[in-house]
Amino acid sequence: MSYVPDNLSYTASHEWLEKIADGRYRVGITEFAQEQLGDIVFVELPETDEAYAQEDECGVVESVKTASDLYAPLGGTIVEVNEALEDNPELINDSPYDDGWIFVMEIDDDSDLDSLLNPEDYRNSIEDEE
Amino acid sequence: MNKTSLYQSHLDAGAKMVDFGGWHMPINYGSQIEEHHAVRRDCGMFDVSHMTVIDVAGVEATDFLYKLLAGDIKKIQVNQALYSTMLNEQGGVIDDLIVYKQADNRYRIISNAATRDKDLDWMNDQVKDFSVTIEEHPDLAIIAVQGPNSEHILNQLVAADLSQLKKFRSIKSDDLFIGRTGYTGEDGFEIVLPSDRAPDFWQKLMDAGVKPCGLGARDTLRLEAGLHLYGQDMDEDNSPINCGLAWSVRKQDHDFIGGSVIAQQREQGADHKMVGLVLDGRGILRHGQTVSDDTGEIGIITSGGFSPTTERAIALARIPKNNTHEKLTVHIRKKQLPCHVVKPNFVRNGQSLLED
Repeated sequence: MSYVPDNLSYTASHEWLEKIADGRYRVGITEFAQEQLGDIVFVELPETDEAYAQEDECGVVESVKTASDLYAPLGGTIVEVNEALEDNPELINDSPYDDGWIFVMEIDDDSDLDSLLNPEDYRNSIEDEE
Repeated sequence: MNKTSLYQSHLDAGAKMVDFGGWHMPINYGSQIEEHHAVRRDCGMFDVSHMTVIDVAGVEATDFLYKLLAGDIKKIQVNQALYSTMLNEQGGVIDDLIVYKQADNRYRIISNAATRDKDLDWMNDQVKDFSVTIEEHPDLAIIAVQGPNSEHILNQLVAADLSQLKKFRSIKSDDLFIGRTGYTGEDGFEIVLPSDRAPDFWQKLMDAGVKPCGLGARDTLRLEAGLHLYGQDMDEDNSPINCGLAWSVRKQDHDFIGGSVIAQQREQGADHKMVGLVLDGRGILRHGQTVSDDTGEIGIITSGGFSPTTERAIALARIPKNNTHEKLTVHIRKKQLPCHVVKPNFVRNGQSLLED
């Protein structure tokens, strides 16, 4: 079973969200997602200061095996991206919940938050896939 | 789904298994890139038992293969191997394969897994006028041991002296059939052995420090070496002349199946060629992306990916024969990204051939 930290929220498309301030969330992909992808070799980071609706495509993570779209987990503006991933995309494999974070988002309002999965729901959702 | 006799060995080694053309096969055992480097720098092994082993024997076996295959079966000696395509009447590639000559009029063919049924149907159709038997051997396993240290390691595990075995030659050693062949661009061996012996032999290789490698690394290794993959870089709609395999087709006697089309293409010149592409900036080249020059779309990437040895995005692409542009662009997600054209061979003997 892949590690699913208790202090994060999740999406069905395998992103995690960490609340770092009011209305401000750090986003990455889960350990399960990086395991499925295999060695990650390229990340197309989102544009900063760009507004996204919930579930908009906002970037791409490519592994040796395949390309996987990144989706905005909430509606809002991406205010920061992890530029270290440009030269070291493997940080997502090595440290998916920490050094491998991908972007920070400022959300428009709280209404999208209800659609996120809690750790238990996310664990259940990946159990079938594992 | 089919399992090879090494299925349990893969699980024990921590493999991530995938469905590969109806077979449970390892895609990697953790890190595809580490497996790739092991083959380039040291020694790795692959279970390729899903591939099809077909023995062709009989007084007319050579004549049959001379008609069936586009390559020149008559030029190889006993214990020598030949890479060839097998064509349809239109000159399209039904499959590519390696044929080992085991004795006069006795041959062993190793062909792809996904094409097994159509290959056997085709061969059985074509063999009718020949005094030849075709026998498949699903009871055999195949382990490919590849990398610069494979001779040294393997020599300690088999009776035969492999230092005497030249490239594209084969030898029998007890119940092992060993060819100095492979699909990685490195020195290496492909070992055909009884399925029930395979787990034990695999374990001996593990104990000798050989790294198990999945089909993921097999794909990046063969791409760097510019080796074609059936179904991507060649198919029934393209002749070997149009996909960079003219070298494997015999120059005289076009009296093989599909040969009249090939003779015509040779006379008129091929329409297409295979080139190598290297992406100049960041991103990954993939199968199916379109290739353009300043006049618009001109070709397609047949295989692409990240090359662990060169740390660049590389691809094989089919473009018009007369296109001599050194710079082309590739369409990746709404963008046209610049790339440059190179010979379709990116890595040899562990070293990048790209200028940088």
